[in-house]
Amino acid sequence: MAKRLSTKRLALTGNEAVAEAFKQVNPDVAAVFPITPQTELMHKFAEYVNDGKVDTELIAVESEHSAMSAAVGAAAGGVRAITATSANGLALMWEILYIAAGMRLPIVMALVNRSLGGPLNIHCDHGDAMGARDAGWIHIYSENTQEAYDNTLQAFRIAEHREVMLPTMITLDGFIISHTTEVLEILDDETAKSFVGEYKPLTSLLNPDQPVTMGSLALPDYYFEHKRQLVEGMYNAPRVIEQVAKEYYELTGRQYGFLENYRMEDAEAAIVVMGSAAGTTKEVVDSLRDRGVKAGMIKLRVFRPFPHEQLANALSHLNSVAVLDRCISYGAQGGPVFGEVRSAMYGKTIPVHSYIYGLGGRDLTPHMVESAYNDLFEGKSDPRMRYLGLRE
Amino acid sequence: MTSVKELSKRKDIFCAGHRACSGCAPAITMRQVTLAADTNLVAGLSTGCMEVVSSIYPYTAWRSSFIHNAFENVAATISGVEAAYRVLKRKGKLSANYKFIAFGGDGGTYDIGLQSLSGAMERGHQMLYLCYDNQGYMNTGIQRSSSTPFGAATSTTPAGVKIPGKQQFQKDLTEIMVAHNLAYVAQASIGYYRDLNKKVEKALAAPGPSFINVLSCCHRGWRIDPADSLKYSKLGVDTCLWPLYEVEDGVYKLSMKPREKLPLEEWLKGQGRFNHLFKPENADMLKKFQEYVDKKWERLLWKCGEGKEKTKEAGK
Repeated sequence: MAKRLSTKRLALTGNEAVAEAFKQVNPDVAAVFPITPQTELMHKFAEYVNDGKVDTELIAVESEHSAMSAAVGAAAGGVRAITATSANGLALMWEILYIAAGMRLPIVMALVNRSLGGPLNIHCDHGDAMGARDAGWIHIYSENTQEAYDNTLQAFRIAEHREVMLPTMITLDGFIISHTTEVLEILDDETAKSFVGEYKPLTSLLNPDQPVTMGSLALPDYYFEHKRQLVEGMYNAPRVIEQVAKEYYELTGRQYGFLENYRMEDAEAAIVVMGSAAGTTKEVVDSLRDRGVKAGMIKLRVFRPFPHEQLANALSHLNSVAVLDRCISYGAQGGPVFGEVRSAMYGKTIPVHSYIYGLGGRDLTPHMVESAYNDLFEGKSDPRMRYLGLRE
Repeated sequence: MTSVKELSKRKDIFCAGHRACSGCAPAITMRQVTLAADTNLVAGLSTGCMEVVSSIYPYTAWRSSFIHNAFENVAATISGVEAAYRVLKRKGKLSANYKFIAFGGDGGTYDIGLQSLSGAMERGHQMLYLCYDNQGYMNTGIQRSSSTPFGAATSTTPAGVKIPGKQQFQKDLTEIMVAHNLAYVAQASIGYYRDLNKKVEKALAAPGPSFINVLSCCHRGWRIDPADSLKYSKLGVDTCLWPLYEVEDGVYKLSMKPREKLPLEEWLKGQGRFNHLFKPENADMLKKFQEYVDKKWERLLWKCGEGKEKTKEAGK
């Protein structure tokens, strides 16, 4: 049984919950630029800065490109650096995301998921994060406010681990989580601080005894090896993610891993989903179970590194699987999560279907989720992507 | 100002072994600037010649700390390092003192990096931003930038039969930086390196962000003999195309008034990129360029309190 330390229950929005975690971590530098629906997160954090509740240097930059650039500079200067953004902001950072990862700087970013235009839309989908899936960042998704808070604290431990040293983004669904007030349990400041620990950089530009050159030009004779080392960080990440989750469980009793298996033991068909849609899907699973339908669900928490083996094992006893993507990969056979899941299932004969839902913040209703389960149980297959809640 | 004798005793921060062309004026600029910065230094470089030639893995030409991030963001990157420095100092975790210099070429400064530069200066990060201005995107193959002079032939503004070279005048970035109300802004040329040493010392001692724009000839792009790099960097000043001046707390001061203001042609002739301007059919371009330089020079003199009586022309 987990030890229970002093905690308190608060009603916070997702943005406030992440800001609360950032406050407890007390990072050295935060570089921020406004974008809906992330703005409130940094409003809250700016209050903490100006009220002296944190020691952070807040750099209110003139663009997200500069936010990520300044975070790179700060992290290279040997301190803990954070930022937060959404959608177009992440797209503007895109160039520097790769550089942050390539320089192995453990920046932590909160990404409040929002769609990318056009047409302009400020509401939730995962198209922003998916565009950055190959940038070398660790991606951790949250189902609700509690998870957004918990994932933020764990992100620092994962990113900064010597054998990982990779920037990490935790995501929360725009408006659905970021602006919804939920009751959550937070650690007391001291416990949170000691869980995250002091940051000790491996190298720093600000070490007078050892000046260092960072961000070199690496030509064909060395570039490839640099990138291979980044892969090594990703290979090491699963072990660290598990270790950190274990310690967090001992502290809080809340269990985290790569996947959450929901009523999967005797399930015959299951849906794989990420983010807030998992809550809706669980409701549908419960109602199907009440009617004797053996439905299950897998919530994917970590998208990078992708847990291929664990996922394949968890799905191996099913008759069929549907993957719900809140993103389209135009011209591909299905959504980006679908592509990963089907690749993980290579060699198995279990059919995997792709459904696209919720683009631009369209609600995912229980009815829509149920229709996907119905397709699975009725054996309706379609090699093409299908859509939930779309007018055609 | 530190004497040459004193400077000569200092260990180079930007040291030998870098892979710049022989006669590269920006490389001389880097050495002269860093020599004048007698302290722990973090140098940030935007993508460009000076970054490329000095940091090829696994080697480095930098004895100080060095960071390169991307093309357009050296000012934002150094903003982050400087913020890290301030927080470490505040928390008592660092006893050493540091100075910060962000280096960019004209492409990385006038054009793609202008937003990042403006933001960093407005926020007041304690750094010197130094632009080594060689009047074009020389690293990528001599394309026009907004600093490329009127008439110049570049890869993207060739001297064609219909359009003879660049049709626009240079952007006046130094004035844009003056408008940021910085503690110190200066224009310098590697042709007058002692003036540059002095300005770097002043800029690093200024109570806030500072900016220096340094004319640093690229002999490849200007199409001149490598041995003439400094000569042409000087002639830019002597013809008043690139006057040396500084602005402290908004007050303009001329650093050097040429004894004899040379005609612009003295700077243009011999530069291959301007050969076509000397064709009879382009005579009006030469005239237009000279008039532009004269007008700008008169205005500067007026701002520095050295002009003739406030003429209608200068006051405009």
